[in-house]
Amino acid sequence: MELRVKALETILTEKGYIDPAALDVIVETYEHKIGPKNGAHVVAKAWSDPTYLERLRKNATDAIAELGFSGRQGEHMRIVENTDAIHNLVVCTLCSCYPWSVLGLPPVWYKSAPYRSRAVIDPRGVLKDFGVELPAATKIRIWDSTAELRYLVIPRRPAGTEGLNAEALATLVTRDSMIGTGLALDAGVAA
Amino acid sequence: MNGPQDLGGQMGHGPVVPESDEPLFHAPWERRALALTLAAGACGAWNIDTSRHARESLPPLVYLGSSYYEIWIRALERLLVAHGLVSETELETGCSLGSRIHVMRVLRAADVEALLAAGSPYDRPCASRPRFRPGDRVRVRNDHVPTHTRLPRYISGRIGEVVENSGAFVLPDSNAQGKGENPTWCYSVRFRAEDLWGLGAETGSEVMVDCWEPYLDKIATRKKPR
Repeated sequence: MELRVKALETILTEKGYIDPAALDVIVETYEHKIGPKNGAHVVAKAWSDPTYLERLRKNATDAIAELGFSGRQGEHMRIVENTDAIHNLVVCTLCSCYPWSVLGLPPVWYKSAPYRSRAVIDPRGVLKDFGVELPAATKIRIWDSTAELRYLVIPRRPAGTEGLNAEALATLVTRDSMIGTGLALDAGVAA
Repeated sequence: MNGPQDLGGQMGHGPVVPESDEPLFHAPWERRALALTLAAGACGAWNIDTSRHARESLPPLVYLGSSYYEIWIRALERLLVAHGLVSETELETGCSLGSRIHVMRVLRAADVEALLAAGSPYDRPCASRPRFRPGDRVRVRNDHVPTHTRLPRYISGRIGEVVENSGAFVLPDSNAQGKGENPTWCYSVRFRAEDLWGLGAETGSEVMVDCWEPYLDKIATRKKPR
C-alpha cells in the first residue's frame, strides 16, 4: 500500500489535481488539532452548566460550535444522554460515520466489521469486549448513524464529582464514554 | 445495495478488539490516504454519496479483507478513473501521462483550515409536507436496489416507530447517482430488538435508525383485541 499510495499522490500532483502541501495541513489538523478533548469539553460543560445542557438538547450543532468545535463530520450534531435507565451506544453499520469535530478520527475498531455487525444485535456482548457491564435493568439504545446526523453520548457524571470544575471534569471524560463503549472515569482514577 | 458494507446484525465477525496503544495511523501511507481522499474529494468531481458507493461496490472479499484506509484508496482509484481524472494506464504504471480535465477546485494549503471548518452541511429546504409524525408506526420498505442507499438490510420489512422528524437532507439514493440532491425528510425511527432479531434479540434493547421518507410506509394503527 505504501508504494501504491505514493504513486497515486505523485500522479495527482503531476496532473495538478492536488497540492501536497494541502495534504500536510490535513494530516496535521487531524493528528494534532482535532480530537476527543473537544468532546470532553462539551461533556464537562454539559455536566456543570444546566443552561448549556439545555442548549445542547435544543440544538447541539450550535451549542458545540459555541465552544469552537464545528466543521467536517460535525455539521449536524445530536447529543444522547446516558441515565440509570438508558445507556446509549453509537455505531455506523454501513460505513464509518463518526463525529470528527468533537472526537477526531475514529479508532480502527469503530470501523471494523466486528463492531459494525455486532453493536446492533449484541450490544451487551460488545460492551463486554470493552470490559463494561451494565445492570440488567439498564436499557441499551443503539444509534445507527445511517444519515448525516452525528451522535455524541453524554455519559453519566461520576459520583463524588460535585466539587470539580469543568476543567477537572473533562479529564474524566474518555473517548469511549462519548461513543458509549465506555463509562466516564471515577474521580479517583483520573490523575 | 446490500453489499459487504451492510454489516448490521451479521454474525461470525468475532470480538471487537480495541488496541491498547491505539495509534491514529498505523503506517505513514495511512496519513496520506486520509489526506489524499479529502483533497481529491475537494476537486468536486463527485460527492460523499458517490464515494460511499464506490467503497461499498468493492468486491466483498476485497472489502472485508482490507483495512479502512485501504478501502478508501481502492475506492478513490475507482472514482478517479470513473470520473476521467486519471486513466487505468496511469494507475498501472504509476506515472502521469499529462492530460488533465478541468476540476472545480484544487485545494491549497492555505484553504484547508477554512474548508474543514466549514464542513458540508447536508440539510436543505424541502417544499413537501412531512408524511410522518412522531408516534407513527411505520414499516420499512423491502427494496433491495443495486444502487446506493442508506437503508440497512436488517431493518428491511421491519416495523418501527417514528420518534422525531430530524429535518430535510440531501437524499443519498439519488445524490450518489448524480441525479440531484432531492431534499427529503429524514426521521429518527425506533426499532425494538425483538422486532429486528426475534429469538436472537437482547431483550429490552432498541435500535434507532435515521430513515429517509421514501424508505418508510405508514401502517394503520389498529387496537389489538385483548
